[in-house]
Amino acid sequence: MANISSPVSEPHAEPSVMARALKEGFFAGLVSLGLFCLFVGVETYQNINNELVWRMRWGLLAVFVGVAAVGRFVNVAFIRPALDKRKLAKAKSGILDVSEDKGFFHRHFLKIALIALLIYPPVSVMLRGVQGSLLLVDNFGIQILIYVMLAWGLNIVVGLAGLLDLGYVAFYAVGAYSYALLSTHFGLSFWVLLPLAGIFAALWGIVLGFPVLRLRGDYLAIVTLAFGEIIRLVLINWTEVTKGTFGISGIAKASIFGIWSFDVGSPSNFAKSFGLPMSSAYYKIFLFYVILLLCMLTAYVTIRLRRMPIGRAWEALREDEIACRSLGINTVTTKLTAFATGAMFGGFAGSFFAARQGFVSPESFVFIESAVILAIVVLGGMGSLTGIAIAAVVMVGGTELLREMNFLKVVFGPDFTPELYRMLIFGLAMVVVMLFKPRGFVGSRAPSAFLHKAKNVSGSFTKEGHG
Amino acid sequence: MVYFVQQLVNGLTLGSIYGMIAIGYTMVYGIIGMINFAHGDIFMLGSFAALIVFLILTTLFAGIPVVLALLVMMIVAMLLAGLWNWTIERIAYRPLRGSFRLAPLITAIGMSIALSNFIQVVQGPRNKPIPPLVNSNYQVLGISISLKQIVIIVVTAVLLTIFWYIVNKTPLGRAQRATEQDRKMAALLGIDVDRTISITFIMGAALAAVAGTMYLMYYGVAVFTDGFIPGVKAFTAAVLGGIGSLPGAVLGGILIGLIESLWSAYFSIAYKDVATFVILAVVLIFKPTGILGRPEVEKV
Repeated sequence: MANISSPVSEPHAEPSVMARALKEGFFAGLVSLGLFCLFVGVETYQNINNELVWRMRWGLLAVFVGVAAVGRFVNVAFIRPALDKRKLAKAKSGILDVSEDKGFFHRHFLKIALIALLIYPPVSVMLRGVQGSLLLVDNFGIQILIYVMLAWGLNIVVGLAGLLDLGYVAFYAVGAYSYALLSTHFGLSFWVLLPLAGIFAALWGIVLGFPVLRLRGDYLAIVTLAFGEIIRLVLINWTEVTKGTFGISGIAKASIFGIWSFDVGSPSNFAKSFGLPMSSAYYKIFLFYVILLLCMLTAYVTIRLRRMPIGRAWEALREDEIACRSLGINTVTTKLTAFATGAMFGGFAGSFFAARQGFVSPESFVFIESAVILAIVVLGGMGSLTGIAIAAVVMVGGTELLREMNFLKVVFGPDFTPELYRMLIFGLAMVVVMLFKPRGFVGSRAPSAFLHKAKNVSGSFTKEGHG
Repeated sequence: MVYFVQQLVNGLTLGSIYGMIAIGYTMVYGIIGMINFAHGDIFMLGSFAALIVFLILTTLFAGIPVVLALLVMMIVAMLLAGLWNWTIERIAYRPLRGSFRLAPLITAIGMSIALSNFIQVVQGPRNKPIPPLVNSNYQVLGISISLKQIVIIVVTAVLLTIFWYIVNKTPLGRAQRATEQDRKMAALLGIDVDRTISITFIMGAALAAVAGTMYLMYYGVAVFTDGFIPGVKAFTAAVLGGIGSLPGAVLGGILIGLIESLWSAYFSIAYKDVATFVILAVVLIFKPTGILGRPEVEKV
């Protein structure tokens, strides 16, 4: 503020900036010393007698405090003035650098992305061989696409209808367990159970929807969280059916519409039928296309629904519930359909997950998963499908990448396990992204039905037929 | 009957711990309208701080009186948890205060994930057991009450009295209540709103740290995942009692503690958490603002 009103004093401000930076750096060091003195400075471990003992870690503590102090100093002394200067220069030039005509990449982003996804498995096979493509297709491709699908499903509830759902993973669990149980007990195939799992999850969505119809905002959040926990606890404790924490293993694989199967012993094995060398990679490539298809279905349904009265009603509900009700929209059915539709896609994703893993256990359906999915929706910019997909790639792909960073072992010694830091970095990334982009990567939340320009309906317009 | 009263005592102990955590949730919610998801992890940090202080005390000053040790553990845990919550508020919540509703919720969830994993990284993933601090038992009319339970209930009662005094009788409490009612108006009347909010976070964290110390003393073990379940239960307690209401938080905490211990005593231990959550849902269906919550009047 002071900068704008008296730009003349800027050169004189130089020493005081340094002094302030020193002070703030010192203060940050002091605070971080307080924060970390016990948790980082003292290591607790069990000795041979199984007693808990401790020792100091001065070096590590010094590193933490030093980084905090120096980081704060550099930020205040150099980064922030530079940013301010840039902002000032931009404001002076007076031209907003928003250009209407976007580049080729921007305009055809969706087509390019779709083509890239379609050729992703063949390319990764070419690059790394059949067996080597497993990592790329399974750990990155399928993993990310599952989250994209879950986030798009949750987006219907949170992004479109504005109902905060912290227990979305429950529907994922319902889908996964319905596939696991029905296929192991009744031998039904994936393609029969996929829609069934969706229907079951949708029913559970309605079951959850009923009690929370009268709740709003944060009360809704806690009840949905409780619902997610209830489902998980039932899965753990109802051992006769779900086998508890052991989980259900040996779930049948999906087949290519019953024509080719991926079971090794089966006569119609895919690799055998085509005379290819045996590998589990084909199954993963097939699954990649299945989940891609499911994602496309989710996106298609979402986009179409937004154009339909029900989608408009969801968006109206999100913007203002009272106005919505006074305009005669039935908020009960609106909320229930939002829950059911969102849950259905969760169920699809769940049954896909069970088919992919061949194993389900309550471990996979903890609250953190719900939080991660919600984070992807919000970080992507609620309501924007592209933004959510980008967020999923960044957040899930980024943390998956961490698993593969073995070169870090060279830097930090052989005991260094990057996986350990995966969730720590994920949590911090959530905070950092939110701080810099509070509206998400693609921050558009305008309702689909929106009057972009206030039209001037004057006599001259109506005469020409513009009205 | 004796069995029933025994369960009541156990439930009350557990409920006191939940109630102390719930106050942090409900105060923060009341004053800035956000769910501080990281609060459960602040509780966990408090319990770890107490654990580390306990280890240092027992090795450096062997034979220290238990009362003194507990007091030092509690005070250090309160200070550290307060500092952590203050820092988190400054870094992750304050810049987003004017932003849309879900933004601080997401940073809070991110902080919660980061905090528990931070402890996992720096202190290891294993359970940290400590030898029992106090282990005398008293028999009153056939009911066995351990000294631990008495300590927990007494500490809770004392702290809640102090807390009630601060909120209701001091200028600081007045500032807090004013900020809660209308932040802009409070600022116009000369209340330093930022400072008041910071102090609220510190106070909530201090209570959570005491709860953490008590939890450590009661169960004798700390682990990095400790923040989640008690955190969720305490939040449930806050909602059950009516979020934003301080007596409601304590009442909700005690109710949840009682439901939990009575359910495990008479029905099944496995489904005690399910029972808690189902009762929460049922209460909210019939009374959507919780037991002591003010009915929301929506103005258009």
